[in-house]
Amino acid sequence: MVRLNLLLLAVLVLCALSLVTSRHQARKLFVELEREQARSHGYETEFGQLQLEQSTWAMPVRVEKIARVELKMQIPGPRRIEVVPGEVLR
Amino acid sequence: MTGLSAALKRAAPAPDLPRFRAPVVFGVLLLLFAVLVARSLYLQWIDNVFLQEQGSSRFSREIDVPAHRGRIVDRSGEPLAISTPVKSIWAFPGQVEAAPEKLALLARALETTPQALAKKLNDGSDFVFLAKQVPPEVAERVAALKLKGIHDQNEYRRFYPAGEMASHIVGFTGDRDVGQEGIELTQQEWLGGKPGSRRVIINRRGDVVEDVESIRAPQAGRELSLAIDARLQYLAFRELKAAVELHKAKAGGLVILDAQTGEILALANWPTYNPNARNRVAREKMRNRALTDVFEPGSTLKPFTIAAALESGAVRPDTVIQTAPGFLTLGPNTIHDAHPNGALTVEQVIQKSSNVGAAKIALSLPSATLWQMLSDAGFGTAPNTGFPGEVAGRLRPAKTWKPIEQATMAYGHGISVNLVQLARAYTVFSSDGELKPATLFKGSGAVAGRPVIKADTALAVRRMLELAVGPGGTAPKAQVPGYRVAGKTGTAHKLEGRGYTNKYVSSFVGFAPASGPRLIVAVMIDEPSAGAHYGGEVAAPVFSTVMGSALRTLGTPPDAPSDNVILPAEGSAVREET
Repeated sequence: MVRLNLLLLAVLVLCALSLVTSRHQARKLFVELEREQARSHGYETEFGQLQLEQSTWAMPVRVEKIARVELKMQIPGPRRIEVVPGEVLR
Repeated sequence: MTGLSAALKRAAPAPDLPRFRAPVVFGVLLLLFAVLVARSLYLQWIDNVFLQEQGSSRFSREIDVPAHRGRIVDRSGEPLAISTPVKSIWAFPGQVEAAPEKLALLARALETTPQALAKKLNDGSDFVFLAKQVPPEVAERVAALKLKGIHDQNEYRRFYPAGEMASHIVGFTGDRDVGQEGIELTQQEWLGGKPGSRRVIINRRGDVVEDVESIRAPQAGRELSLAIDARLQYLAFRELKAAVELHKAKAGGLVILDAQTGEILALANWPTYNPNARNRVAREKMRNRALTDVFEPGSTLKPFTIAAALESGAVRPDTVIQTAPGFLTLGPNTIHDAHPNGALTVEQVIQKSSNVGAAKIALSLPSATLWQMLSDAGFGTAPNTGFPGEVAGRLRPAKTWKPIEQATMAYGHGISVNLVQLARAYTVFSSDGELKPATLFKGSGAVAGRPVIKADTALAVRRMLELAVGPGGTAPKAQVPGYRVAGKTGTAHKLEGRGYTNKYVSSFVGFAPASGPRLIVAVMIDEPSAGAHYGGEVAAPVFSTVMGSALRTLGTPPDAPSDNVILPAEGSAVREET
């Protein structure tokens, strides 16, 4: 009887300890999860900002200005356009 | 004590205590004890809310989970409106205790001067915003200073990359990211995110240590794809702005529709405003004129009169109409042609834009027939594009028409329309007689329209509209090298108060390529005042540039050899009055 009780006590202590460790593990993992979630939120934010930046750089007004002023490009007049009929390409 | 009781005993002998006294006292005590037990059981099992709340408020917190507002993008996914998180920094001035050098650091972090900062902190209020909607980096630098009484809060700020070009359609949001104008307003349900909340357990330092439950899952706003094509929108805006400035006009509008689906690919207005910085912008500039303002369309309406006549069998394209001597008298009123023509075929009535011809054709029809045609083409009913505050225009019931009204209606007076309505009505001619729904939202391919006229009639009118743009027509300046173009000019006197003034609305509506229409472009210039005012001189060149560039941008193959275009010489166009 005593031996059974001792055995049960040992099992109980073991269970209690494992509860403590698993609880601790859970907390630690949770903190990590929180951190990752914050990071993903941060990336989302950054993605939005980068999209904004991209569309600012790619604004047609800016592209046109660079094409006209810096690269000295121009739209060809109708006389300088030659139309290649579709049948010829095929 | 013993002395006292001894004295009492001496004064009066101990009375005979009733025998039930002890049990009663005991019973009362037991009862009180039972009450306590009952109360504690009650608190434990039945009325446990209050105490549990008190307990949990010591360690659990409900925190908000923010939700994004959805983006608005154009048809190819280019952003037109994006929300990005920002922070606002505020303070309780009474609680701020910081050394001057700390405040100097704070001022540097906020990119302001220590003096300006001190002024804000000492203006006597309990609560003050130090900086509104700053980038998260700035807020981090402020937080790093760890100053007492200085706090920040999360907010979202909406940015509009297309700025003033698309502001009338997209609209803008107000405080707390709620739509106030345009699509932002009508699509609030779709775009708006619903912030969620969750319950967590925090430790002594306020860090979250455990997630208990999700009370409300955050619902992010959904993305909305508009039918707008950002490239065409830019083209439309640029050319419209240039034209309004060139002709010193009061306002202008330009609409590009997909000729097959009716989707609105571009919609530009002038004047406009920048939605990213709209402090003190006049309401006047915020109006989406193309949808909320009406004007008398003038000759751009003539094709519908002709279509009604062709459809009813009253005339054929080669029927001859006598328009000499260039005016038509109906009771006290007289209708004039800007340039008297002789006998014209129905085709030439459109080509030369003869008012007398159109009026005579209209008068040969029952008024109900003409009304039905105009009503079927969408006039008098709001175009239902999904934009707030769009107007229906005015098309009076046929029964009330007097002959003079029926005659003027034939060339677009006595009826009012908005620009989108007018552009949409032309889908009747650009498709095979079907009126397509005009929409601001991206659709998925072919749309069934409502049949209005027979395909033959549509084709016949399309041919006439091609003649109007060709040599001898009213709008050779609308030609686009490489493409066959069909369209109609309009020059209407403006109605102010009770009569017509010498101010004009110049317009042009047309589509290309005529062999298989891809785009419809409608241009309207309000009160051009730099000399020219004819639709063929003011609006047609805008049409030509926009249509040409748009077709090239979309890669539409040319349907006319580019060497057969007769580039119109100055002043060669036939002028028209309405």
